[in-house]
Amino acid sequence: MTDHLRQFLGRAGFAFFTALIGAIFALPLVWFLFAPFNSRAELGLAIPEPFSLSNFRQVLENSFAIRALGNSLIQSVGGTLLVALAATLASYALSRSPLPGKRAVTYVLLLFSSVVSGSAAMVPIFLMITRAGIIDTHLSVILVFAGGLLPTAMFILRDFIDGIPRSYEESAMVAGASPVQAFFDVALPVIRPGVVVVVVWAFVNIWGSFLIPFILLRSAEKMPASVAIYSFYSEAGTPIVTLLAAYALLYSLPVVLLYLFVSWKFGFRFFGGIKA
Amino acid sequence: MKRFSLLSPRAGAAFITPAGLLVGAFVIVPFFWVIYVSFTNRTLLGRTALNPEFVGLANYLELFSPHRFLDPGQFGFSLVLTIQFVLFSALLGQAALGMALAWLLQQVPKPVKAMTETVVIGAWILPEVVIGFAWFAFLDYDGGTLNGMLDAVGLPRGDWLLDYPFWVIVVFNTWRGTAFSMMLFNSAFASIPPSYFQAADVAGASSWQKFRDIGLPLIRGHVVTDLILITMWTFNVFTPFLLTKGGPGNQTEVLSIYTYRVAFRDFDFGKGAAVGVVVMLINLAFALFYLWVARKRTPGGAA
Repeated sequence: MTDHLRQFLGRAGFAFFTALIGAIFALPLVWFLFAPFNSRAELGLAIPEPFSLSNFRQVLENSFAIRALGNSLIQSVGGTLLVALAATLASYALSRSPLPGKRAVTYVLLLFSSVVSGSAAMVPIFLMITRAGIIDTHLSVILVFAGGLLPTAMFILRDFIDGIPRSYEESAMVAGASPVQAFFDVALPVIRPGVVVVVVWAFVNIWGSFLIPFILLRSAEKMPASVAIYSFYSEAGTPIVTLLAAYALLYSLPVVLLYLFVSWKFGFRFFGGIKA
Repeated sequence: MKRFSLLSPRAGAAFITPAGLLVGAFVIVPFFWVIYVSFTNRTLLGRTALNPEFVGLANYLELFSPHRFLDPGQFGFSLVLTIQFVLFSALLGQAALGMALAWLLQQVPKPVKAMTETVVIGAWILPEVVIGFAWFAFLDYDGGTLNGMLDAVGLPRGDWLLDYPFWVIVVFNTWRGTAFSMMLFNSAFASIPPSYFQAADVAGASSWQKFRDIGLPLIRGHVVTDLILITMWTFNVFTPFLLTKGGPGNQTEVLSIYTYRVAFRDFDFGKGAAVGVVVMLINLAFALFYLWVARKRTPGGAA
């Protein structure tokens, strides 16, 4: 009996302790639950009285803010499509074709992608983009992200494709399908969950990133939300908190929705790539 | 019987081409370009913007010039700062907290688990500028949530961003990145056969004993993987910029922020590139170590 009691108390203690850590983790975000709905929001924590949507109205009337969200969308969708397309083709080839040196390619890619980080490569990337004449364009941001995200996307997808039996495509080809047909009609539908993972991962990465657009874009009308948000300051240099809070919430929404989608569809956990 | 290939070499090469071009242009070319620029006096503006001159090792000598190597705002200062930042926020903060959370989550009721996981993962996936702004409000002197709570329990308030900027970015980065270690260790613990723990339960082992004698030894490989990855990421992270801009003074100028300032605020691309090369060399050491560990663990194959 006492054993049971001790066990119960132990479990309750663990649960309490875990919930406490969770609560501490939530603290810096609590302000965000209230400020967007408070028409007199300041940096201090306050329950809005009354709850109001006027901050959001303010955002919607700000054409610069709305355009920045559109720019984020252009850059994220463009980059994501490019990554998904190129990574699917390349990882399929790495998995299925008898190319010489496949293993070496994977090895070199892994090495380069981890060595050439944003902080190390910001100078050459800026210089290259300037020389190519595409500085301050959506295209520059899309291309740089595509190149940077591709190696990891390829690892995730290659793992996925390696896990699918070759016999699927083999039987299609025995039945007379060409290799390209076997890829599009047989392999692609089976790989689709892996592609979805890559799409979500790439989108969230580009949508949330700051450094690359911050360096590559100069004109206000091309800035994504992550950079534009820094212009919501009054002429005195203090942040316009009401506008910032509502905007940050709108800007976070796609990421939150994608997270919910992924955890509902697959359960949020690791796929391939990071194997121990 | 010869195994017939699903994709001819030619089709395979065609499939690889788009990815090859993109990775080549934006990962591999910058790798060599940054080395080249680091040997020049290239600037953003002025005469040397168009006609940079070859200056040999001058940029490196400047970075490592011994008499002011460790002065605030100099390369050595940022390097030491970054090492401390990695040590405290990644190795101690993220890994230890992630481990503790992963272990606790194995043995708490589902709702507690789900809520804690959601918050910790939320800190990790929300856009970095949003997080930066949330923390700015959280730490605000006058009305910030933290000082408000300290008031409520009768403790003195602090001007955190001004007085303890380094510890602010350490705690901030721990908070931001713990999710990765937590999830990695969580899936590692989940892969241990439950019978191991049941046997220990029968013997009356405490949770700490089970962790020390069964859990931790069995996921040692995952721990090494995690430590190397979070070290590399933290070493290169730019996010503290969104909270402190590297200041006040140069007190939070980790290497990524230092590179940005030298190249894009002081317009000295040559020197910024030299920092980039040193950072890449350090990254390379970590990556090779990682590949070596990964290869040792899967007998007979590369990563």
